[in-house]
Amino acid sequence: MPNLTIDGKQVEVPAGTTIIQAADKLGIDIPRYCYHPALPVSGNCRICMVEVEKQPKLQIACYTPVADGMVVKTSSPKVLEVRKTVLEFLLVNHPVDCPVCDQAGECKLQDYYMEHGQYDSRLGDVKVKKEKKAFSIGPTVMLDQERCILCTRCVRFADTITKTSEFGVFNRGDHSQLDVYPGKQLDNSYSGNVVDICPVGALTDTDFRFKCRVWYLSQTKSVCPGCSMGCNITVEWDKMRPHQHKKARVMRLKPRHNPEVNDYWICDKGRYNYKFIDENRIQHPQLKDDIISWDQAIDTVSTAFKSLKDSNRTNRIGVIASAQLTNEDLFVIRKFFKETLKGAQVDFRVPEKPGDSDNLLIKADKNPNTAGAVQILQADAEVAGIAQKAKSGEIDVLYVFGHDLVKLFGKETVEQIAKKVKLFVYQGSNVNDTCSYAHLNLPSSVYAEKEGTFTNCQQKVQRIWPAFLPMAESKGDWEIISLLSAKLGAPLPYQHSQEIFKDIAASMASFSEMTYEKISDQGMILKA
Amino acid sequence: MENTEKRRQELEKYFDAKGPFGLLRVSQMKRAWKQTNRRELNFWENTYLPMLFSGIYLTSKHFFYNVTFHILHLFGLRKDIKGAVTYQYPEMPRPLASRLRTRHRLTKREDGSPRCVACMMCETVCPARCIEITAAEHPDPNIEKYPAEFILDLGKCVYCGFCVEVCPEDAIRMDTGKLEIAEYSRESMIYNKKRLMDE
Repeated sequence: MPNLTIDGKQVEVPAGTTIIQAADKLGIDIPRYCYHPALPVSGNCRICMVEVEKQPKLQIACYTPVADGMVVKTSSPKVLEVRKTVLEFLLVNHPVDCPVCDQAGECKLQDYYMEHGQYDSRLGDVKVKKEKKAFSIGPTVMLDQERCILCTRCVRFADTITKTSEFGVFNRGDHSQLDVYPGKQLDNSYSGNVVDICPVGALTDTDFRFKCRVWYLSQTKSVCPGCSMGCNITVEWDKMRPHQHKKARVMRLKPRHNPEVNDYWICDKGRYNYKFIDENRIQHPQLKDDIISWDQAIDTVSTAFKSLKDSNRTNRIGVIASAQLTNEDLFVIRKFFKETLKGAQVDFRVPEKPGDSDNLLIKADKNPNTAGAVQILQADAEVAGIAQKAKSGEIDVLYVFGHDLVKLFGKETVEQIAKKVKLFVYQGSNVNDTCSYAHLNLPSSVYAEKEGTFTNCQQKVQRIWPAFLPMAESKGDWEIISLLSAKLGAPLPYQHSQEIFKDIAASMASFSEMTYEKISDQGMILKA
Repeated sequence: MENTEKRRQELEKYFDAKGPFGLLRVSQMKRAWKQTNRRELNFWENTYLPMLFSGIYLTSKHFFYNVTFHILHLFGLRKDIKGAVTYQYPEMPRPLASRLRTRHRLTKREDGSPRCVACMMCETVCPARCIEITAAEHPDPNIEKYPAEFILDLGKCVYCGFCVEVCPEDAIRMDTGKLEIAEYSRESMIYNKKRLMDE
């Protein structure tokens, strides 16, 4: 293993490592445009030049393999001078329209200019203008060729990650420009990632475009609820300026690096799957057509449960839980429906059609916590069976968590269920067709308002953090169940989801030794 | 001295400076101490006559001085000596300094559209958060961004002028010379793009 010195710090790395990787390991930041750890090295931007002792010329850090005894300087006067000139070269044809550019604030060209450039413009000629300013190259991405610095990150992304090869650099010299191949469109299922990897504002997100300046955004770590892959994401939200986006809070989702799950990527479905957080939400508890208070709502449900419990007919309770809920929610559901109301029929495995899938990230199971639900709920009933029983009048109280039964079983079945059961409770975050048939609607919070854990298809337990308070009167799913449980005379000792997780870790072998601190933001694998 | 010290101690009994409203009580204490230590007035002071006459003298001095010189100025005499300066506001407004910050306006391009490119710099820098810009894609592909709406709440504005300083396009200026922006409601103090451009 070669041993080298970077800026006076010693590091030992495996042979074949490049200088930039070794510097990253030491936490030394070398500027970069074309280098991306997940893409093949291209070495065309030349900003990562470093001084290697005993070599007459500066070397590019992204492509120079380390050697034993190498001494590297990343911020010597010579290196800083070269960075400045490289920046000047990259900016020759850049329009510097930062005020209208969406990338401003997270643009590496801006950052490095402030850090290393700071030169006075020596440009005497006019900048080369491209034919069009910004134009759409697909359903999700806009391209502005003038801003492009031809780092070819997007080209390599399309060539190696998605293998769809939409991008190319056309013409030569001053006239080279990035474009999609004639007749092609950037419409693969990972197209949004090119916006993330673009170091400048050449590729911008059509969905996010002009919605909000990036410096208004707050970030909260989370996990994508779109499928069982559980890609790590950052929820980026803004509450301070509601006029800019019709009072919506979440502005965009960005992938968060996790080498074991999603690396640097996320699919487009997951990326744009955030509108439901702010739109079409159930705001208040609602009994038939009347808006009621939480006290009244809890009273209504608990009276129904109590009468069944007192007459030993808890088997006439049907519960359709959901793999969209967190492990904590499911644990409280199990405690309540399987211990307090022992005998209730609980299941979460709804007869859904498997969705689309591929070899990269998209999984056919569209629920983020199926593995966790299997582990925690240990369900024995069958959702189709519960629905059948509800239809034939063998169930008195049907409690549904967020599922759209109309989509699953058809309108007529749900209509009949609503007629046959005495109390049909729908607890969910968004309005759907089932809501109009349910007798009682309870508003619950969405994943961005919850703290908890999801278990993905790799059996990896991953944390989600609450970004903001639940909308209107909605409450967390486990909080609602705790209220019910307390009303039935079996109060649960939980104030916070962390306490529930401690209980999960203590009572279940597969979760043993896990804590929120240990799971952190990279997740932990379940024990077999 | 001994007497005043004693009085202070007496007062401290009633006003506990360490209590929950400490500061308030200290100020009460000071006021009470001042009142109890006030000097006794003498005979002439008690009649109020010396102060009355000195006040009448001062007022009359200015009155006759100004009447004399303003009348003389009317006939074009003694212009070297100035009378008191008076502006007949609001009929005759006072001249404003050229750099005085007055009500904002949005400057226009040659075609009459706003110069603003909705970069949100002013909205970001505004310490009073009185600017609300809604950006949108411009129909002309050569112009990227324009303000679909530009709202400035003069009820909140503190007239710091940061928005003018920060604007990269010289799109907002505070040079209308308008200072009288009193309104009957808060809503009418909220200026939209049209009002900022045309009024």
